[in-house]
Amino acid sequence: MATKQQTKRPPELTKEKLSDIYLKMLQTRNFEEKVAYFFSRGMVHGTTHLCAGQEASAIGACANLDESDLITSTHRGHGHCIGKGININRMMSELLGKADGYCKGKGGSMHIADLTRGNLGANGIVGGGLPIAVGAAMTLKLKKKDNIVVCFFGDGAINEGSFHESVNLASIWKLPVIFICENNQYAMSMSAKRSMNIDDLSVRASSYGIPGKTIDGNDFLEVYHAVKEAKAYAKTNGPMLLISNTYRFKGHSKSDANKYRTKEEIEEWKALDPIPRLRAWLEEEKILTATELDGIEKQAHEDIEAAVEYASNSPDPSVDTILEDVYAD
Amino acid sequence: MREITYAEAIREAMTLEMRRDPDVFFFGEDIGLYGGAFGVSVGMFEEFGEERVRDTPISEAVLVGAAAGAAVTGTRPIVEIQFSDFITIGMDQLVNQAAKMRYMFGGRAQVPMVLRTPAGSGTGAAAQHSQSLEAWYAHVPGLKLVIPSTPYDAKGLLISAIRDNNPVVFMEQKLLYRRKGEVPEESYTVPLSKSDVKREGRDLTIVTYGRMVPTCIEIADEMSAKDGVEIEIVDPRTLRPLDAEPIIASAKKTGRVLIVHEAVQFGGYGGEIAAIIADSEAFYYLDAPIRRLGGLDIPIPYNPELERNAVPTPERIRETIQGLLA
Repeated sequence: MATKQQTKRPPELTKEKLSDIYLKMLQTRNFEEKVAYFFSRGMVHGTTHLCAGQEASAIGACANLDESDLITSTHRGHGHCIGKGININRMMSELLGKADGYCKGKGGSMHIADLTRGNLGANGIVGGGLPIAVGAAMTLKLKKKDNIVVCFFGDGAINEGSFHESVNLASIWKLPVIFICENNQYAMSMSAKRSMNIDDLSVRASSYGIPGKTIDGNDFLEVYHAVKEAKAYAKTNGPMLLISNTYRFKGHSKSDANKYRTKEEIEEWKALDPIPRLRAWLEEEKILTATELDGIEKQAHEDIEAAVEYASNSPDPSVDTILEDVYAD
Repeated sequence: MREITYAEAIREAMTLEMRRDPDVFFFGEDIGLYGGAFGVSVGMFEEFGEERVRDTPISEAVLVGAAAGAAVTGTRPIVEIQFSDFITIGMDQLVNQAAKMRYMFGGRAQVPMVLRTPAGSGTGAAAQHSQSLEAWYAHVPGLKLVIPSTPYDAKGLLISAIRDNNPVVFMEQKLLYRRKGEVPEESYTVPLSKSDVKREGRDLTIVTYGRMVPTCIEIADEMSAKDGVEIEIVDPRTLRPLDAEPIIASAKKTGRVLIVHEAVQFGGYGGEIAAIIADSEAFYYLDAPIRRLGGLDIPIPYNPELERNAVPTPERIRETIQGLLA
């Protein structure tokens, strides 16, 4: 796999925009490091699924979207949230189960949604978001809106029946959905190699009569270009399938002892870490100086510290709220 | 007043709402050109076109989930699942997604969708096309559950369901589709979560819903004429959220309660009704144990006589009433 970033830089990727993208990738990494720390110390309960190593895929895809575009996310969705412009203070509050969290402490890591910014939610069910993405695209079509839906899912979900039903329906109705399979190589402990008899998952697109493409999901610019192209395509022609090859550095969830993969494999992928790769490219292309990049790193760190501070000061939800929000009026 | 069938009443409710509100649209298997497996949507494809009356492939999981996804983004979809038994395939989307979005997102989402589906036995379709699984949906907070027993209720309740901001499972009764009743031509609503006393009486209360309502009314009328017994019949209509008060009030009044439904008795919805009555002040007014009469503990069989006996028959209902009154 190529370690060099593709060098073609489109004009809309201004210095300002790229600074924001780099910041968001760092915020995602730092956010999760903080969350992992909290979990390891038993400061929060439940579980969480970290996307460390997959940031270019999430942020690179979302960098093409505006607020009225829609996404459906997964249980490994912190990067999608940050990519779609979530308020990090309230996201951290939700992780800590606080009243100021996005879900008022009722959802946690697996159910963060921000409907005001087109984020239709993480999902605790593997493959659960695909039908919802199709429905969201039906709304866009019915209301004649010029937006798209990006549907994130993993190499586990691509073997769920909902993948088949959803991609087929989106295809026959030419719905504006980009199906992005973030192939991080493992569905919990089951490797993509053991769970599928194909190497290139994008061949599945052909059975629905839609284009499919496999990309280096650890290369920000490659992800950005592919989703930009797919967005233009989806608006007029209907869905497309992108396989974003990537890797999760951490275990499936906090209980994972990594028995199903080797240290060597993890190290090989760490050499392809999307964050230093983006930094190297930004420096080589003289888009940002080392000092500016250091500044962004510092900023990301401070943002997460501020989020922790905000979340720590947020109250726990009152038990009186337990019955609220089951039904809408 | 004009009489139309239960199926026509349902079609009229959808049609009126789709004319009124451009955000309402309808999709499902064979609902367009074919007019629906039971003919419920005949003519709607011609009136509204394929954008708003969409024929779909046989893909129940995505149909239910797409309804949730469309609803949460600002439309009011009606999805038809051709036989209620097939919801099993879309159950993740109904139970884990549609029902829970609002709560797990902290009240910041609403899912105004209607899932219409024909339920019940009596058509010779055997075990996989004849179930009454309402207890499953009633068990899931976040879902509303409606089972209409008359054409009038079907139209008014469906209009309310379409306008409601929650996922509503609307279980239609196959054996009532061709049954006629008085239905106003104009649009009207029957509120959700409002139980209805379908027949007044002083001697015994029957709590029942769906296709067992007309059966029980016929028995009650018969027994009134023959024995002078006056049976009160309470139809909850909306099983979730339940309006329990009229049921409790009726139990207090008559002191004798029989709960009748077609669904398998064990773990059925009637158990909840019985418990609600037993938990209430009506308990002190009871002159006999609360009785339930549900389907036998079997899948629905094929042979007509076996099928008829799998669910409460008029004979069994009559016998149980007589036992309670003895």
